[in-house]
Amino acid sequence: MSFRNVPLAVIHDRDKSTLFTAEIRAAIDALIAKYPSEWQQSAVMPALSLVQDANGGWLTRELMDEVAVYLDMPEVSVYEVATFYGMYDLEPQGKHKVCVCNSISCLLRGSEDLIHHVESKYGVHPGETTADGRFTFKEVECLGACRDAPAVLVDKTYHENLSPESLDKLIDGLE
Amino acid sequence: MTDKITIEIDGRACEAAPGEMIIAVADRVGVSIPRFCYHKKLSIAANCRMCLVEAEQGGRPFPKPVPACATPVGNGMKVWTRSPKAIEAQQGTMEFLLINHPLDCPICDQGGECELQDVAMGYGDDVSRFTECKRVVKDEDLGPLIATDMTRCIQCTRCVRFCAEIAGVRELGATGRGEDMRIGTFIAHAVSHELSGNVIDLCPVGALTSKPYRFTARAWELTGANSIAPHDGVGSNLRLHVRGQRVMRVHPNENEAVNETWISDRDRYSYAGLNGDDRLTAPMLKQDGVWREVDWSDALTLVAERLKSAGAADMGWLMAPNATLEEFYLAQRIARDLGCPNLDHRLRQQDFSGDAADPLLPWLGVPIAELEVQQGILLIGSDLRQEQPLLAHRVRKAVLADAEVVCVNPVRLDLNHPARQFVGTPSAMIADLAAIANALGVSGSGVLRDVISASEPTDEQTVAATCLSQAGQQGVGLILLGALAAAHPDYSLLKALAHAIADAAHCRLGYLPASANSVGAYLAGVHPDRLPGAKPTDQPGLSVAGMLAAPLKTLVLWGLEPDLDLGNPAGAMDACARADFVVACSAFRSPSLETAADMLLPIGAFAETSGTYVNASGTWQRFQGVVPPPGEARPGWKVLRVLGNLLDLKGFDYRDGAQVHDELAALCGDSQFDNAPRGNFEVAGQPAQADLTRIGGVPIYATDSLVRRAPALQQTRLPGSAFGVYLHPDQAACEGLSAMDLVLVKQPAPSDVDVSEREVLARVFIDERVPPGCACIPAGVEGSAGLGDQIGAVSLVRMTEPPTTGDH
Repeated sequence: MSFRNVPLAVIHDRDKSTLFTAEIRAAIDALIAKYPSEWQQSAVMPALSLVQDANGGWLTRELMDEVAVYLDMPEVSVYEVATFYGMYDLEPQGKHKVCVCNSISCLLRGSEDLIHHVESKYGVHPGETTADGRFTFKEVECLGACRDAPAVLVDKTYHENLSPESLDKLIDGLE
Repeated sequence: MTDKITIEIDGRACEAAPGEMIIAVADRVGVSIPRFCYHKKLSIAANCRMCLVEAEQGGRPFPKPVPACATPVGNGMKVWTRSPKAIEAQQGTMEFLLINHPLDCPICDQGGECELQDVAMGYGDDVSRFTECKRVVKDEDLGPLIATDMTRCIQCTRCVRFCAEIAGVRELGATGRGEDMRIGTFIAHAVSHELSGNVIDLCPVGALTSKPYRFTARAWELTGANSIAPHDGVGSNLRLHVRGQRVMRVHPNENEAVNETWISDRDRYSYAGLNGDDRLTAPMLKQDGVWREVDWSDALTLVAERLKSAGAADMGWLMAPNATLEEFYLAQRIARDLGCPNLDHRLRQQDFSGDAADPLLPWLGVPIAELEVQQGILLIGSDLRQEQPLLAHRVRKAVLADAEVVCVNPVRLDLNHPARQFVGTPSAMIADLAAIANALGVSGSGVLRDVISASEPTDEQTVAATCLSQAGQQGVGLILLGALAAAHPDYSLLKALAHAIADAAHCRLGYLPASANSVGAYLAGVHPDRLPGAKPTDQPGLSVAGMLAAPLKTLVLWGLEPDLDLGNPAGAMDACARADFVVACSAFRSPSLETAADMLLPIGAFAETSGTYVNASGTWQRFQGVVPPPGEARPGWKVLRVLGNLLDLKGFDYRDGAQVHDELAALCGDSQFDNAPRGNFEVAGQPAQADLTRIGGVPIYATDSLVRRAPALQQTRLPGSAFGVYLHPDQAACEGLSAMDLVLVKQPAPSDVDVSEREVLARVFIDERVPPGCACIPAGVEGSAGLGDQIGAVSLVRMTEPPTTGDH
């Protein structure tokens, strides 16, 4: 045996035109078109992001299964992707996501202080949502913003060089 | 591409093919490189990093140690597997791998035969610098065959790749990340695949172990012995592990031409049936309805007297197709020396009208390994995954190499590869084949012509025909007739059509043998018109159907249970009831044998007798007995030898099984495997179409007495295996039935029986795979014994009262 160079495709016995919404299907189709035809599974990550955004920021098992159906791939391969990356959430989330980087550069530049600050001020531990559902607090792997550590990702926006005070301002600004 | 290049491993010059990986070359020349994730039958993952070696190419060293499993060789490459740099890398990897490994070897089933243990001894350090907590992983429930201890997993992903690439069902995956990564199904469900047990052999640690074997023995207490699997026509090579007088477990032996490195779960777990509590341990005689033990000499003397006094024409021998070649040969010698030509092994065949045209020695048509190079395969009446799991694996390999598979079946199959499936009633099967023949321009004669000219090929049938003929023209087209075809009421017509298609499409034609030694039965002459060496005889005897219908006075049953192993169990029980004397040679007792027989002779089962099996592709494989039969039971060929002596037959003083084997082998010297028909199949007109037809497939774990007694296999509960009436939703609606309704299943009985219909109670299950017009009612399972032919007209009557016998 050598390296596997074609992905294992699974054709599911479901009508793809009933999945998601027409807009999401069109968006996923546009993603699929970027890859060679037998590699449509490559669109799994952006497809999961699209579906997650449309579902209030988290993925249900049914949604992951539907992505598998849409991309002709085994369900478990979608679970593998969705459980590996920090940006996919498999439980209901707050209105916003506040993601503090816990990797080495941010750690050296005080991300632990940020985490402790959020924990004590808002009463949430990493992975938890505030009682009012305003935001979910997450600790994530390297955000790739080491230059201006510590970095925090609020929803889809990077914020760098943060102190507990500037993080407070950010969080206060969340609807 | 085929040019050989030379590389140097640890100072040894080795020949290699360009593109080969270092580890493959090293394995070939016997240089051992430690590895966990690499397996020659699986794709390369290169994720365990255990096989790091030092290498240089063109005088320039690689800057870092390279993984031997994922580094292709180049001309003049130099590799050092035990240099200080390589050893340092290997020790480092080993230390990392052991960080989260529990080191619970004393209570681990894998202890003593664990790759991690071995490699840690050879390549690891005795002290770990890791003092933090180890992780714990929750166990998965993978069903009754595979035990899990996922904390021990080192995430080599061999099991994940096996399921995806070999089994063709992507059920296992590696979810999570970093330390949280775990192997599992994510959504808890049992892994239900007929080859799933192979992940136990693949797992390099004790994360996946055999559930039935678990905690029963230690590797160093076991002795190994080679054997051959007794179930399907593959004849998988086995390694039996024995402690004392008990088979503890079964592993595969590698044989690239037969089973590669795999075995089916049926071959792996059926041994447990040997230890069932209904083994027959002494000869038994029924007198006035009461069974009592007798000693061997009395038993065999009585049998000899009864056989001698029985009219040869009034005697019949029914033998299970997984008896050994030696048993077959001696049994037919006794029968024919007594003048009795009535002997047969085709227990599940219904239509014998094609006997005169049948090939003398039907076989698979190609060597097993050549299945995977076929480009067009037509499967007629075969649920191949259930019947012959490893042949199905070869067919899947062919499909992955772009072969087209066309199936004509009375039920839609769950396949792990794409295929064109034509699904319909038994008469629709004929119509489908006729249409394919028509599309190939076959005209035929007689009934065949009528059937073919009446068909109008659809586009899909035309495409299927084109695929077959394209493959056929390249010499890689194959048509296979399976177990459901053999049970078909118009088997002759199916054969005639199959041969016509094969001729027109230039495809080869093969018969899928019903069991481990079906081909051997032809060679040994256990067939009403075959003498040993598969020579034809001009004085044919009765086939199975003839024997059941004939009322014979004396019956010999060999290795079978009449209510489960025959295509028409109710007919078989009736025939036994009408006979004056029935002697059953069996390894097991069963209520049906006690009802049907007058004498029970205990014979050795699988692993308890020496013998020979001839597999689907005609390979003779001899094996030795590994454990003694229980109690007074004796290997079957010895029982027959003594019986032959008591009957004063000449030349029955065999010293050992090998002598029997050699005598038969000499008779088979010029036997040719050839599937060409010897004439035109006599084809009767098409039978009247029934409103509802029973399709009685034999579930994978109901094929023979041993499998039916293996507890772990019986707990697997594969879909469609439980007894019941499986109906298409439309058919159920048409009959006014819904799921779990209780129905009375009625099949017409022949006129000379004192009941007009065979009746049994069953539950209704809804199954989309069953075509309308059919009712799938499994055969060979508990509950089915009261029914008639496996495929035939059936009617259902809804019952309102709850059953008095309780739920099945």
